[in-house]
Amino acid sequence: MVYLTRLEHFNAAHRLFNPEWSYEKNEEIFGKCANENWHGHNYELYVTVKGEPNADTGFVFDVKKLSQLIRLHVIEKVDHRNLNIDVDFMKGKMCSTENLARGIWAELKAHLPGEVQLHCIKLYETPRIYVEYFGE
Amino acid sequence: MSKRIAIFRREHFNAAHRLYNEKWDDATNEKVFGKCALPNYHGHNYELEVKVTGKPDKKTGYVMDLKALSELIKREVHERFDHKNLNLDTKEFKKLNPTAENIAIVIYKLLRPHIDKEKDLHIRLYETPRNFVEYPVD
Repeated sequence: MVYLTRLEHFNAAHRLFNPEWSYEKNEEIFGKCANENWHGHNYELYVTVKGEPNADTGFVFDVKKLSQLIRLHVIEKVDHRNLNIDVDFMKGKMCSTENLARGIWAELKAHLPGEVQLHCIKLYETPRIYVEYFGE
Repeated sequence: MSKRIAIFRREHFNAAHRLYNEKWDDATNEKVFGKCALPNYHGHNYELEVKVTGKPDKKTGYVMDLKALSELIKREVHERFDHKNLNLDTKEFKKLNPTAENIAIVIYKLLRPHIDKEKDLHIRLYETPRNFVEYPVD
């Protein structure tokens, strides 16, 4: 089994805000991340798939195809967007990095061909903050 | 040999913005600024490098106390721009398009009055790891 990773990136605005809570409670829990006019990040997305290298190509998966799938199903939807407003797969969810990683997992899982398994979504919100999701 | 030396302090802030010229219609804005003009904003992790150049003080050996420089940047830049929408939340960009170029110039103007006149100040601002600007240049 070999793990293959493709790195992509996107820039987006978001805010952390739970509409079921008061403004004060959101401020208390999320601090300046709750700012009503949004803030934003340069997100770095590492997508790892796993499988046995194909005997004919030597590839776990054609990494060019992986890049195209990530761009089509994730980057096109989130890049230069407002995650709270513009992104269909985040509708009704809190736009935390945790939930974004799970949303990206679901988007990609649905479009990856059967011969390759999705292993990990690793998503950096800042150079010092990241999450990993393994589909568990 | 000159005793001039440069010191640097790196800070960062996260902000939302969009590029939009209100004198143009939406089609022109989209043509010029592409997806950077999208109406619901996007955002960046801005990395800021502040360079101060001068002769070290004879008593301290410092060009400038880096702790003081850090606190100055936090007060003048970080508190103004961090976790803000540059277009909506800051008076500096109410009428000024918040490109990386303009943000660097604004930061220079915010810091300059607080740094010794004999010292040179240079700003380098990364909008993304691969897009960055410097101000001033010759």
